[in-house]
Amino acid sequence: MLTNYIKIAWKVLLRHPFYTFITLFGISLTLTVLMVLTSFLDHLLGSHYPETKRYRSLYIERMVQTDSSRTSRNMGPMSFRFLMDYAKSLKTPERVAICSVFNTSNAYVGSQRIKLGTKFTDADFWRVLEFQFLEGKPYNEQNIANGDYVVVITDKFREQYFEDPTESVVGKNVEIENINYKVIGVVKGSPITRFFTQADVYFPYTAPKSNYQTIGLRGMYIAIVEAKQKSDFKAIQNEFQARVSRIPLPREDNGFKYSVLEVGCETYMDNFLDTFLDGGSGPKAIFTTVIVFILFMLLGLPAINLVNVNVSRIMERASEIGIRKAFGAPIRTLLWQFIIENLFITFIGGAIALILTGLVIYFINTSGWIAYADLTINLNVFAVSLLVCLLFGFLSGVAPALRMSKLNIAEALRG
Amino acid sequence: MILNRTKKLNTDMIALSNIEKVYRTSSIETLALNNINLTIRRGEFVSIMGPSGCGKSTLLNIMGLLDEPSQGTIELDGQRVASYRDKELAQLRNQKIGFIFQSFHLINDLSVVDNVEIPLLYRSANGKPRQTYAKEALEKVGLSNRMKHFPKQLSGGQKQRVAIARAIVGNPEIILADEPTGNLDSAMGNEIMNILQDLNNDGATIVMVTHDESMAKRTHRLIRLFDGTQVQ
Repeated sequence: MLTNYIKIAWKVLLRHPFYTFITLFGISLTLTVLMVLTSFLDHLLGSHYPETKRYRSLYIERMVQTDSSRTSRNMGPMSFRFLMDYAKSLKTPERVAICSVFNTSNAYVGSQRIKLGTKFTDADFWRVLEFQFLEGKPYNEQNIANGDYVVVITDKFREQYFEDPTESVVGKNVEIENINYKVIGVVKGSPITRFFTQADVYFPYTAPKSNYQTIGLRGMYIAIVEAKQKSDFKAIQNEFQARVSRIPLPREDNGFKYSVLEVGCETYMDNFLDTFLDGGSGPKAIFTTVIVFILFMLLGLPAINLVNVNVSRIMERASEIGIRKAFGAPIRTLLWQFIIENLFITFIGGAIALILTGLVIYFINTSGWIAYADLTINLNVFAVSLLVCLLFGFLSGVAPALRMSKLNIAEALRG
Repeated sequence: MILNRTKKLNTDMIALSNIEKVYRTSSIETLALNNINLTIRRGEFVSIMGPSGCGKSTLLNIMGLLDEPSQGTIELDGQRVASYRDKELAQLRNQKIGFIFQSFHLINDLSVVDNVEIPLLYRSANGKPRQTYAKEALEKVGLSNRMKHFPKQLSGGQKQRVAIARAIVGNPEIILADEPTGNLDSAMGNEIMNILQDLNNDGATIVMVTHDESMAKRTHRLIRLFDGTQVQ
């Protein structure tokens, strides 16, 4: 029976190449947009290089200080000392990495200026994150304790700074802001979309201008908390909040007196949403609604359009429906026939979309729009795409199928 | 398919009582059939004649459960079908009735053998036996050498023979034929009529709508309709 349905679906596709083109164009374009979008979201939010442990990491990214009347507040990253005292010493996690937010510096090759993104980190940064070392090694606690002027650089900076990028640069010096540092390791760079890890040069936190000795709670540092397993999140959050709640309030930092102190220790996703949607669950709900609406527009409108195309093409097949009904096809069987046909067409569209997505992703990855972009069609993306295909086929198949299957047999045979 | 035609020839196969069919639009009511009372016995070969628009095809559609009467009752092989739902009606059509239409009504996108297999699809028959039965049916109508052809590659007579193969593949007890020779020349018409007579000799009950007196004469009984009323 299935073969019979697919044979018919294939013949129907071949019968009107223009309609088929329009139908497949609509399906594959929509699915491509969805799949590229899903792939980009996965690239943005999933666990990828070098944040491969993101799925079991929590992020302490900002502190919010609010005055007693709740009319003004300060917020931003924290001091190195605060994170050492309240995050680094947590008992539940596997380990905690501390690093600065993204800074900028300059280096010069002759008279040519190279703009650099920089980060100051502790030694655990290299353990929590899984950077690929192309040569050399990361700095360790000893380098930090000694105050060594060492740096880890990215392959991109190596290419820009050194004349012969094929030659090992470990042990060579780089001059940044008129200070000489010895290159201790070279890593494959992190995509610009991974805000916690992306930089061109990584310094130990004891390097000049790191401000690690800042007194007070606010500063320029953040922490990545690596849990032993995902199920430890709640315990880690409770432990951290219990510690923060012991900070005596009200207090004053840089002339700002505050009596409410909030520091999130959140998953990457929650932290990401909080960054853009400051203000609690209300804006998050609005954001979710907007996303659902956009998805509906992306998925629903082409589906409705396809329903229209299908319904108008259905009348051509009235005779076939009449014949099938006359020879004993019940309504439910016909319904399935047309749904299966639509799923078949949608899957063809899905296959085309998969190829198109592969091409678009290849183009994004190689174009340099996003440095070190590593968009992929991974299993998650593929599963979502398959689900979308099914939903799309179902949405665009049910309404025409219902209409078709209810046709009066005698009328259908009369055409 | 195993023949199961052991019942006595004298029992009623189709019984219509007080059948009325009215076609309604928003402004017009057309009485297509008026008070039809008709019994067709098992194994009978009956022809229906009458001028165009007198309700012949409507009557055949009602007998074949393709259309509902506005009034009256239908019994098929002793089963009263008034309360039957879509699924039961579909099952009854599938098991008991084979249809032959004037314009063949083959599915052009399917090969000859796939067309013939259609009634078996809805009996959950497996692919292999389905093909065997379809081949047997095509052999009966002399078209086993055209199995992989498509309807567009066949002549009118061949198409009608495919349609007959499709009608008989499930070995139905009733064959309803709506002007089966209407689109064919007289030689081909005779050939089709011979096949129908053979099927009748094998035990099938056949009701045939026709305009052709000579064809009608070859059946057991002739029913004449005029303006939706049975006159003979």
